[in-house]
Amino acid sequence: MKPIIELDNVTFGYGATPVLEHISMHLHPGQFAALVGPSGAGKTTLLKLALGILTPGEGQIRLDGRARDEHSRPTISYVPQLESVDWNFPVTVEQVVFMGLARSSGVWPWPSKLERDRLQSVLDQLEIGHLARRHIRDLSGGQQQRVFLARALITEPDLLALDEPTAGIDVRTAENVLHMLGHLSQHGMTILLTTHDLNAAAAHVPWVICLKNKIVAQGAPEDVFTAENLNKTYDGDMLVIRQDGMLFVQQKPHPHGYHDLLPNPVPGEIPAQKQA
Amino acid sequence: MIELLLRPFQFEFFRNGTAAAVLAGGLCGLIGVYIVLRGMSYIGHGLSHAIFGGAVVSFVMEWNFYLGAGLWGFVAALLINQTVRRTKINADAAIGVITTASFATGVAIISRYRRFTRSFDAALFGNILGVTTQDVIIVAGVTLLVAGIIFVLYKPLLFTTFDSQVAKVYGVQTEWIDTLFALALAAALIASMQILGVTLIAAALVIPAITARLLTDSFNRMILLSTALGALSGFFGMMLSFHLDIASGAMIVLFQATLFALTLAITSLQKRASRRLLHTHV
Repeated sequence: MKPIIELDNVTFGYGATPVLEHISMHLHPGQFAALVGPSGAGKTTLLKLALGILTPGEGQIRLDGRARDEHSRPTISYVPQLESVDWNFPVTVEQVVFMGLARSSGVWPWPSKLERDRLQSVLDQLEIGHLARRHIRDLSGGQQQRVFLARALITEPDLLALDEPTAGIDVRTAENVLHMLGHLSQHGMTILLTTHDLNAAAAHVPWVICLKNKIVAQGAPEDVFTAENLNKTYDGDMLVIRQDGMLFVQQKPHPHGYHDLLPNPVPGEIPAQKQA
Repeated sequence: MIELLLRPFQFEFFRNGTAAAVLAGGLCGLIGVYIVLRGMSYIGHGLSHAIFGGAVVSFVMEWNFYLGAGLWGFVAALLINQTVRRTKINADAAIGVITTASFATGVAIISRYRRFTRSFDAALFGNILGVTTQDVIIVAGVTLLVAGIIFVLYKPLLFTTFDSQVAKVYGVQTEWIDTLFALALAAALIASMQILGVTLIAAALVIPAITARLLTDSFNRMILLSTALGALSGFFGMMLSFHLDIASGAMIVLFQATLFALTLAITSLQKRASRRLLHTHV
């Protein structure tokens, strides 16, 4: 099967400072992947390179086997970080969601009946149908996240990219969002997201990529989230607990160091061991 | 009373001037919404100065004023867009450099050829007395053109204004949108320059839009309100200008500024009252 997105030896920097070096990765249709790494590791930059917002200094990016700037390309949607949104901009929920159709819909400024039906369907699916006429500033963090997800989904994209979709929202909403993304990927949508939440990624995302200006490791979470890989990624030892087929990562790097615990001998207890 | 109100309309210059002021006011109000929301409020001020440079060059080179000054303004707007897009320089700084350099070119040429200094008073401060029927037709044509561009590009223009980077990901041709917008802005400024003058045009772009922003949270309503406020200000500004014997451009802007101040006061009082009501219930 042809990859929907392929990065081949991509290098990028802002000015003389390299942010990403020799990045090679690819995603197949229907694949669900997460980019993890510390702040400044280049997660958002990699996402923007893949989406064509930035141009690589070296290397090639192909979408569906073609150069990225060719006209025939898969439909791509993007959910940016909420903090990058201008919340004072005078737009309602439905106006934001209709933006997703800006390229494909006709010349009339108002939406067609078909587009209205699609809007209602997507909003209902995300349980924000009753908020269509509200200003985007007047919503909770979880609702705001779902508005931008709705804008992405209304285009029925082949590739969906999300920058920190679980940041700033409560645990239950984050779980719901990730569960829904998993469901969409099972129906053929390729999904690439960035996250700081390693445990959510381990629980919901079948393919993770550890990034620290280079790709440290990529694969299934149970293979990638090892103390060694996380140490290389976060510059600090992190506690990894495996129990009953589940994987937990202590999110803050521990200053004294931890070993990868496999398995935890006493449920509920975490025997910290200092690394030599 | 009615006779007093209708009296100025017996003069052709006033009929032409009022028609041009209403059209230019509405046009500036319409395009001003995008200017304000893009965080480029200063561009009206800068670009009108740049166009002044173009007008002087057109005069010296004996080019058609509208064509020469319009092209000059369009190129200046494009240069600003490209500078912001391709470098680390912010919009305000890019506007400052490019438009001031263009204005300085005009001033340099005037100082070299002092004989035609007086000819540019109208461009600087507006001259409603000099508005001919042909000028009104040109302003009406530009208004239709700009309204047409905004109508057809409504959706991609809204997305590009809201978030240009993300709009590009969704397949919106943001470079083309920005280029067409620069063309529309340059055309609007050229058309409005004779009525409002270089020095007052920025206010006519910004004030109706920010007044409308205070009144609504909906983009569609903001567009309609800002256009209506701009057109109404053109009409009442002209009426007051005639009866009070004050320069028309200044009167239009002062009328807009008064509307803004009143709107600000009323919306602030409303907000305070609703907060008080909330505290009472809590």
